[in-house]
Amino acid sequence: MARRVAIVGTGHSSFGVRLDVNIPELAYESIRQAISESGIGLDDVDLVVVGNAGGWSSEPLPAIVVNEYAGLSGKGTFRVEAACATGSAAIKAGRDAIASGEADIVLVVGVEKMNESPTPTVVEFIGRAGNYFWEFENFGITFPGYYALYATSYMFTYGAREEDLCEVAVKNHYYASFNPKAQFPRKITVEECMRSRYVAWPLKLYDSSPITDGSAAVVLASEEVAAKLTDSPVWIEAIGAASDTSNISKRGQFLGLEAARRAAREAYKKAGIEEGSIARSIDLAEVHDCFTIAEIMAYEDLGIAGRGEGYKLVREHQTYIGGLVPVNLSGGLKAKGHPIGATGVSMAVEMARQLLGRVESGRQAPIKVGRGLAHNVGGTGHYTYVTLYSLHKPRG
Amino acid sequence: MSQREQVEAFMKQMESFAETMKSSVGIPAIIDPRTGATMWYDQRELKLRYMISIEKIKKFFDALNEGKILATKCKSTGRIMFPPQIECPDDVGGEVEWVEMPTEGELVTWTVINIKPYSFSHYDDYIVGIARMPNGVNVLSWVRCRDPSRLKPGVKVRLLVVKREPEGYLTYELEPLEAP
Repeated sequence: MARRVAIVGTGHSSFGVRLDVNIPELAYESIRQAISESGIGLDDVDLVVVGNAGGWSSEPLPAIVVNEYAGLSGKGTFRVEAACATGSAAIKAGRDAIASGEADIVLVVGVEKMNESPTPTVVEFIGRAGNYFWEFENFGITFPGYYALYATSYMFTYGAREEDLCEVAVKNHYYASFNPKAQFPRKITVEECMRSRYVAWPLKLYDSSPITDGSAAVVLASEEVAAKLTDSPVWIEAIGAASDTSNISKRGQFLGLEAARRAAREAYKKAGIEEGSIARSIDLAEVHDCFTIAEIMAYEDLGIAGRGEGYKLVREHQTYIGGLVPVNLSGGLKAKGHPIGATGVSMAVEMARQLLGRVESGRQAPIKVGRGLAHNVGGTGHYTYVTLYSLHKPRG
Repeated sequence: MSQREQVEAFMKQMESFAETMKSSVGIPAIIDPRTGATMWYDQRELKLRYMISIEKIKKFFDALNEGKILATKCKSTGRIMFPPQIECPDDVGGEVEWVEMPTEGELVTWTVINIKPYSFSHYDDYIVGIARMPNGVNVLSWVRCRDPSRLKPGVKVRLLVVKREPEGYLTYELEPLEAP
């Protein structure tokens, strides 16, 4: 039987344009916090999993560079990559190592230094993340472009407007204004969003997550070890993992992400959550709002909203605190920032701190059920991880 | 100024700053004007250009030269694959044949690429769209259309072989039948 796994320590750097630090220095900001919070020593770490997408940054082997800097050389280690879901894939790798009995304590680090390259180079790298030869080489699609294909289809099909998309940005900036680690801790208005220039019509600059440097880390432990370390473990209750075609053209519809639907179903099934009851089974969700349309589709893919109803949810402010389910109280990728390989780990840190009631006032969800959901998408729905975090020990 | 010229002007500025710093402080330092943070201007440049094998799907490219666009089809299951691949994913070891793609389909979705990747920064804004063809297969490509505001889902489009300029090589695009 798989062993239970808990988060026993968390670390999070400031997100933003971090020209003041290199990759290992940036990673260490989170590692230091996570290790000291957990109370373990470096010797206790059995395995280090490093999530990093890279390309835009100078170190091609970030795991060993980070480990050397942090005094972890000698440990078993590897780098994990699943595009923008890299961080959640890293958590899954760490969780699986403990669940299987291979390790007792795993350090999971997500780090990304995107600003080591000029913006057009970063745009190029992300645009190539899909199917390079058939979709980029001839047609120069960009990442906003990929999500814009979904946005166009969604808006024409369901009658959503650009203003509805902007409501997502407004909400996430609002909560980022309470998060000192966020890249854009300031409020914006729908009008400001509507005035921003198009990056890939119908998506505008304010519909888009920024280019971000940042890191996050968690210490994961087996049930036995967690019991010795803390009286407030946050359990990884269930993970759903799924994928979709590399060529976006090979998908049947552009109204939602099939991989996200599949990952959600898997996670709910593992946690024993009945279909249609997700909204009352969680206290909050962090969803992958790399673009505003992505958050709206996430509501639907996760079953928080019905098909074609997601934009109404945000229009009616149902994903603010006090609504149906508060979503992206960290500011989300949109306003907290989106350091590709760190994002999934950042979601885990946010979940642990939210569930323990430890985040800044103004963005702390009321915790009643004791469970939160993280939805982390890599590429344009190429990879998806839906992870449930819980204060209650999961069933065995 | 094109996006490419802007990037190149910016990089030149960085380089000349680093050159000045080399002669004053001895290292290629760049000082970020907003935060004052010091960065090392990389003295090694990596140029990347891949050589991607098309040997097994050469027929596709030969056909472009004859004005045709081909897909592959699993003989046993009838599944049509575009972009073409030479293995049947749903019939291990199954035989594949080459078939011609229909020339007309319907636009499903599209976008206008306003902010371009570096290697596309010499083009004006371009439209990328996906069309559904009558054989059930989708095609993603540029959409030849001067006024994207007149596009709608369901607009009839033609799939055609075109020469991509300024590079001067054959590829394919979609074009609305009644050019808006």
